[in-house]
Amino acid sequence: MRFETPATINPIDQLKVVGKPADRIDGPLKTTGTARYAYEHHEGMPSPAYGYVIGSAIAKGRITGIDLTAAKSAPGVRAIVTADNAGKLGKGDRNTAKLLGGPDIEHYHQAIALVVADTFEQARAAAELVRVDYVRTDGAFDLAAVKDIAKPRAVFGGPADTAVGDFADAFAAAPVQLDASYTTPDQAHAMMEPHASIATWNGDKLTLWTSNQMIAWGVGEVAKTLDIPKENVRLISPFIGGGFGSKLFVRSDALLAALGARATGRPVKVALPRPFVFNNTTHRPATIQRIRIGATRDGKIAAIGHEEWSGNLPGGRPEGAVSQTRLLYAGANRMTATRLAELNLPEGNAMRAPGEASGMMALEIAVDEMAERLGMDPIEFRIINDTQVDPEKPERPFSQRRLTECLRTGAERFGWNKRNPQPGRVRDGRWLVGMGVAAAFRNNLLTKSAARVRLDNNGVVTVETDMTDIGTGSYTIIAQTAAEMMGVPMEKVVVRLGDSNFPVSSGSGGQWGGNNSTAGVYAACVKLREAVAQKLGFNSAEAEFADGEVRLGNRRVPLAQAAGDGGLRAEDGIEYGDIDKKYQQSTFGAHFVEVGVDAATAEIRVRRMLAVCAAGRILNPKTARSQVIGAMTMGVGAALMEELVVDERAGFFVNHDLAGYEVPVHADIPHQDAIFLDETDPMSSPMKAKGVAELGICGVAAAVANAAYNATGIRVRDYPITLDKLLEEMPDVG
Amino acid sequence: MRSFTYERARTPAEAAASAMRKPDAKFIAGGTNLLDLMKLEIETPAHLIDVNGLALDKIEPTQEGGLRIGALVRNTDLAADTRVRRDYGVLSRALLAGASGQLRNMATTAGNLLQRTRCPYFYDTNQSCNKRKPGSGCAAIGGFSRQHAVVGASEACIATHPSDMAVAMRALDATVETVRPDGPTRTIPIAEFYRLPGDTPHIETTLMPGELITAVTLPKPVGGKQIYRKVRDRASYAFALVSVAAIVQRDGTGRVALGGVAHKPWRVEAAEAQMPNGAKAVAERLFADARPTRQNAFKLALAERTLGAVLAEAKG
Ligand SMILES: Cc1cc2nc3c(=O)[nH]c(=O)nc-3n(C[C@H](O)[C@H](O)[C@H](O)COP(=O)(O)OP(=O)(O)OC[C@H]3O[C@@H](n4cnc5c(N)ncnc54)[C@H](O)[C@@H]3O)c2cc1C
Ligand code: SF4
Repeated sequence: MRFETPATINPIDQLKVVGKPADRIDGPLKTTGTARYAYEHHEGMPSPAYGYVIGSAIAKGRITGIDLTAAKSAPGVRAIVTADNAGKLGKGDRNTAKLLGGPDIEHYHQAIALVVADTFEQARAAAELVRVDYVRTDGAFDLAAVKDIAKPRAVFGGPADTAVGDFADAFAAAPVQLDASYTTPDQAHAMMEPHASIATWNGDKLTLWTSNQMIAWGVGEVAKTLDIPKENVRLISPFIGGGFGSKLFVRSDALLAALGARATGRPVKVALPRPFVFNNTTHRPATIQRIRIGATRDGKIAAIGHEEWSGNLPGGRPEGAVSQTRLLYAGANRMTATRLAELNLPEGNAMRAPGEASGMMALEIAVDEMAERLGMDPIEFRIINDTQVDPEKPERPFSQRRLTECLRTGAERFGWNKRNPQPGRVRDGRWLVGMGVAAAFRNNLLTKSAARVRLDNNGVVTVETDMTDIGTGSYTIIAQTAAEMMGVPMEKVVVRLGDSNFPVSSGSGGQWGGNNSTAGVYAACVKLREAVAQKLGFNSAEAEFADGEVRLGNRRVPLAQAAGDGGLRAEDGIEYGDIDKKYQQSTFGAHFVEVGVDAATAEIRVRRMLAVCAAGRILNPKTARSQVIGAMTMGVGAALMEELVVDERAGFFVNHDLAGYEVPVHADIPHQDAIFLDETDPMSSPMKAKGVAELGICGVAAAVANAAYNATGIRVRDYPITLDKLLEEMPDVG
Repeated sequence: MRSFTYERARTPAEAAASAMRKPDAKFIAGGTNLLDLMKLEIETPAHLIDVNGLALDKIEPTQEGGLRIGALVRNTDLAADTRVRRDYGVLSRALLAGASGQLRNMATTAGNLLQRTRCPYFYDTNQSCNKRKPGSGCAAIGGFSRQHAVVGASEACIATHPSDMAVAMRALDATVETVRPDGPTRTIPIAEFYRLPGDTPHIETTLMPGELITAVTLPKPVGGKQIYRKVRDRASYAFALVSVAAIVQRDGTGRVALGGVAHKPWRVEAAEAQMPNGAKAVAERLFADARPTRQNAFKLALAERTLGAVLAEAKG
């Protein structure tokens, strides 16, 4: 099905099932521990072997020798895979660094060997016996030190430099100006389930159970790396314990499991130990950002400029932190610049809302600072600079843009009028109290997605698509979509996901999964409805599907009967024309945060949070809310504690476990509210839905930062805002 | 993890004797620290002596009017004991500020005292660390040292002791009771129990190899307001940047010990004498010999401000 023109009325608009806060259909499996994650498949696997990955002890250089003698003769050891004996390997396109390194080393903890043994403990013990000699070479590990030699680099389809009007003149002439720099640190996904895979070969055919967000990409990458046809690779990933972008691409566990299984002729299980995940896999790269805003005295932005510096391995990409600044606020004179330096830290890559999450961390503090300089309320300043068109191309409207309504609704619900605009004035016992606001913004991406649907003689509808559920609720919204389309209750829908034998979907990433994958199911269901109607001799356009029946005039046929013993099946997908070129599609929101800052210790604790989102039709308010409050939680982490600390001498992330890399715990997260504006976006797909899961994080950290400023009067521009950055300027304790 | 042999000891004397026979032996109690370290081959005992079967899990009154806490009393039970909550509030609060409920259910009194540092370089066997591998150097010096010691450190090691419980024990003047591997028992005042790193940061206490802790005793209650204030980057489940255990009497005198600042709970008698004169005076003496790194110098101001808040709370 091609989607070229705005959606009109369709069966989804009935909203009998879609739009309802249905419980997760996979919930009971997860709460009872019976959902099988990648490491937990046992069927048809009488005696799997276990692989333990060895990582490089240096960040950059060469392996000059690996002594495997002791490890090989350790109890239970079946094989040791290294780049030396793995045979010729290709490299996938989606990752920068090789998944199996050696002799050249590209980053710390790059995998250099896999020890395979009968038990996990034997593999781990033998891995410690492997002796590796290296020659180190100098590397670049400090972004600030290489900033000035960074080069222009395009990212996410945008150019490296953008310019509209005359930024320099307009900024210089503006009566009110802000020129400030901000930094965001390297961050880790820190998802619950570490990367894990089981590989087994049947002749030249490979089956990989793995934890992966994008099945078809993974198949392609594995095939290319092993130099085998894609048809010979099957990826299975029905349940994923979180990914946040770190499982967009197959990782060393998948490749090494495949190589280990090939070397031993047995199924091989590999999980990355937690302390290994942080340097072995990808992370959100650090940024340095400079923002300049010039405005008239009445608060109209005349010039807005945003420059970004980030670093990555040779061949990697920048973070893309300026992208929202091209679209979020009006202003006739604009510029952005994206600069990338080479760094020899582990690979920087996508993490929840790549680009915008980091960009909004800086931009939304800058906007707060600018409002203060103007003596304006930060909400009003945002509203008078709102725009209904792409500020770079005014002929291009937004498909829907209700930022102002988000801000106003949130202000009312949160009690914004009680905020004292004078910072450092509100006290509650030992706490200095402040409120902060930030806009939320994230683009909505359209990408094709397919599904297969079957109807059987019990009236059960089975959906199969290689879409993944990374904890987001894909199973449930897909079941709701199929139930709505076929006129059956959700209990009559079976959803099967995450298998490369199924039609290729959008996968999960970039908050594109919800809208696109359900639109693909919609397309397949339209076909199935046609097949049902045709079989019954109904005019499919007029047939009504409801209550488990198909009806036309006074004829009513149960779906089970229509399917007959042979059943019916249909396969189709959604593909998009250029509707997203004509209309800018984005999602909007507003974040409100109240913090308390301990007057003595400067510990910042969040007291209340609210997000208001305008993100098209909300397919399931319950799963959507979970996405948004989870994102708000991650935003609190980004604001207050998350930082991969770089050892600039040895070139690695030092705090590489969950004791050292702190993410929020329950005690850090207070009452959270999420409100969704009642909205549909007919430009987005027949579902009229958009993404919410990444919108939820964009702007949160800045709202926390602005609240901390309002509480203390101390402006911190370097994340995370830890107490040591406030202490010096905190008022004396009496 | 290396393979190891395992036995369950039945009496303290048997456990100590077994440790004497097997030089590479270690006791295992809750295992919440030792097992993690064994998995990473930071600890590589050849033999484990499980002490969980020793009947050392009771809290009993002493003849002197104090409490004798068995080495195997779990942190959860110790924190919840009514006598501890009533008479040694600082200890109960310190315990509850540490780790998580699940960990405290397993963690024991002796294990908690002997938990090892959380220096990240100690945990990464690719890095040099004098504590893990004597003579290899100290990667934390000149590296990521935000969490590290500001006082009492050496050229060889700047690690901190991570225990919250031990800080309260230090303020309470607890005594550690042991059985030596060759048989005799002895008592060690907590002030003499921990060592500064010096040139031998791998030797952390004055225990002999194979010496078994049987109990920790608390002297007669000293009353006063008992406060434990732990400052950290997140609200729970994090080690202290700085912590303050304070016992403050009506007249403003009292005791104070700090965590997160040194290789051991940090208590300086001369500083305590200044308590009636306020936090600044106390901090000046506590940190007279401080040598912080660039990254952790903030701990000095933080400690003073936290002390100030604690003293104010005690008054109020
Ligand atoms: C994630 C995490 C967070 C934590 N957070 C905190 C925190 O915030 N604050 C805090 O204070 N602690 C914290 N801890 C540490 C925790 O308190 C310790 O792990 C625990 O107290 C150790 O007790 P255990 O009985 O499990 O010791 P084990 O791991 O069994 O043993 C530890 C050491 O003590 C020795 N040992 C045990 N019993 C005896 C004995 N009777 N005689 C002689 N030697 C003995 C062992 O040989 C070993 O060397 C945390 C731990 C974890 C894993
Ligand atoms: S501070 Fe101590 S524990 Fe940390 S690396 Fe240095 S010697 Fe090792």
